[in-house]
Amino acid sequence: MISLEVKNLSVQYITDAGVALQAVEGLSFSLEQGRSLGLVGESGCGKTTVMLSLMRILPEAGRIVEGQMLFDGRDLLQISESDIQAVRWKDIAMVFQGAMNALNPVRTVESQIVEALQLHKIVNSTKDARKRAGELLELVGISASRGKQYPHQFSGGMRQRAVIAMALACNPRILIADEPTTALDVMIQAQIIELLEKLQRDLNLSLVIVTHDLGVVAEMCDDVLVMYGGTVAEHADSDTIFNDPQHPYTQRLLKAFPDIAEPGSELASIAGNPPRLDDLPPGCRFEPRCHLSGSNSLCKSEHPPLIEIAPGHLVACHLVKGA
Amino acid sequence: MNSKPILVVDDLYKQFPVNRTLVDRLKGKPTQVVHALDGVSFEVEPSEILALVGESGSGKTTVGMNLLGLQVPTRGRVLFDGRDVAAWSLGKLSRTDRAADDLSQLSRRKQILALRRRAQMIFQDPYESLNPRQTIYQIVVEPLEIHNLGLNAAEKEQRVRAALEDCGLAPAEHFWDRYPDGLSGGQRQRVVVAGALVLEPDLLIADEPVSMLDVSIRAEILTLLQSLRKTRDITIIYTTHDLATAGYFTDRMAVMYLGRVVEIGPTVEVLKNPRHPYTQALVSVAPVPNPRKRRKRMILQGEVPNPIDLPSGCRFHPRCPVAVEACKQIDPPYININAAHKAACLLLENVDES
Repeated sequence: MISLEVKNLSVQYITDAGVALQAVEGLSFSLEQGRSLGLVGESGCGKTTVMLSLMRILPEAGRIVEGQMLFDGRDLLQISESDIQAVRWKDIAMVFQGAMNALNPVRTVESQIVEALQLHKIVNSTKDARKRAGELLELVGISASRGKQYPHQFSGGMRQRAVIAMALACNPRILIADEPTTALDVMIQAQIIELLEKLQRDLNLSLVIVTHDLGVVAEMCDDVLVMYGGTVAEHADSDTIFNDPQHPYTQRLLKAFPDIAEPGSELASIAGNPPRLDDLPPGCRFEPRCHLSGSNSLCKSEHPPLIEIAPGHLVACHLVKGA
Repeated sequence: MNSKPILVVDDLYKQFPVNRTLVDRLKGKPTQVVHALDGVSFEVEPSEILALVGESGSGKTTVGMNLLGLQVPTRGRVLFDGRDVAAWSLGKLSRTDRAADDLSQLSRRKQILALRRRAQMIFQDPYESLNPRQTIYQIVVEPLEIHNLGLNAAEKEQRVRAALEDCGLAPAEHFWDRYPDGLSGGQRQRVVVAGALVLEPDLLIADEPVSMLDVSIRAEILTLLQSLRKTRDITIIYTTHDLATAGYFTDRMAVMYLGRVVEIGPTVEVLKNPRHPYTQALVSVAPVPNPRKRRKRMILQGEVPNPIDLPSGCRFHPRCPVAVEACKQIDPPYININAAHKAACLLLENVDES
């Protein structure tokens, strides 16, 4: 069952000088209930903008200029601010990057979860709220009694768990996590991956994992969306992306990532830098760095459409057969 | 591995006292001690690349500090090219060299500078370790000015050019009048490396040099570090918590846990056939970028214990999935798996040779 469908989403940022920068352009994807989607790409590829758009919490300068986000038969981009508030956190929740460091240091962890529960009127009394907060902590593997402690008494891994518990306060159906394992030690990272997998399974959650770490995506995501310069480069299930990538960018990205299972193998970086938003190439966004485009004039002049080359495998490249 | 090691770390201990509160003092509580390093020993061959891996709190950064003489060890020695680094940086040069040592005649500052010329460090964050108000040339030439090597302007320029171009910023004239904010993340980290190379050191300590960088830039910097061995014949110690990047370009790997090296050996061998249960767990949880190669994760519960109260016996036993009764009492010695590969685990003889 499709839980959320994004169609042709375009987002711009308006600079102080009034110039519109295209951060996301014509992005489409769908999210199945109970599956996990990895949103990957380098810094500046627009992955965070997509995620903020899903919650409709773009910063002041951000504008959604086009597109649809279909959830439960409604277009989330068309409904009013008060209606979106009923969806935000209750249906779609999010764990922000570095949120574990944003817990209030002078309040207990439990009271911070209780606050979220009361704010969203999930519970009738403070007593119920405490009970529910305890359940949420247990759900993420923290003993309920530790809720009485302050954030500084928690280790980094436990703080990340507590933040996940908070995001789950309203029983959401979709959980978006921005770099949930970055800056954690490798063993703690594995514990968090294991936790997210368990939550996905037990609660039938749809997960969106936003990260630049291909290893984490390969470990835990069912599907992968590779973004480049604000557009979709390739979208398929994990096995296809990692074993049969078709877009030249996906291929290069994988070659640049060290594989612990093959120590000593060659690494190849991608020459050049991702495009700047104020200087996007006229054709394919990846053309200036592409090793295949050569003298192909189409690549230089025209943005490639996203084509389904096999069932469920979408690629935006002029050079891919079948595209 | 027959040449004389450039670096010998010999049973190094480093303890930091914990500040007592007034209440603790009144109660007469003894001063507690953090055991950052607790008996670290290893050797590094000239132009070798050694990975020092471990979680936060394992002591890998403290090792780096002691190698450079930025800290004085509580016990044990670091010998850099045969000379005791701690004594060197404190101005009492011990004569472990049989040859007459003119360095012992120098003032303390000069001795420290003499050490620094030969051992340099690359820091983690290229955005914060460059002065935004200096041009690239000013940044890279600064070490030459500090060390006052008696070079004339043309010679300095030559050194800066060589350092920048060896780091892939060629032609150097293209870059050296710019400011750091005009460079990309990868180029900035190249400037940081060039600043470390301009003194033509023999040893480079790279402390998590790529953890802040994007995937493709990361590959770029790691490839650069690897190429330096060819172009400059340099020895590199690469500190990281990321086994996958270490696996790509290092010769040997030392795995640290709670202030001690628990396993050391050729990188490929340690990653493919880890023998210490801690290394096995670390390797099993390192994400593999291919869903077909997913492995069974051996997740250790909890986190690295507090280094104030080290566990009795084997320091890993409270988290070890295969620990037996004896592990609580006996601090395991190193067992040689082969001439180059050893690990400190009591159960090692019983592990199947597979």
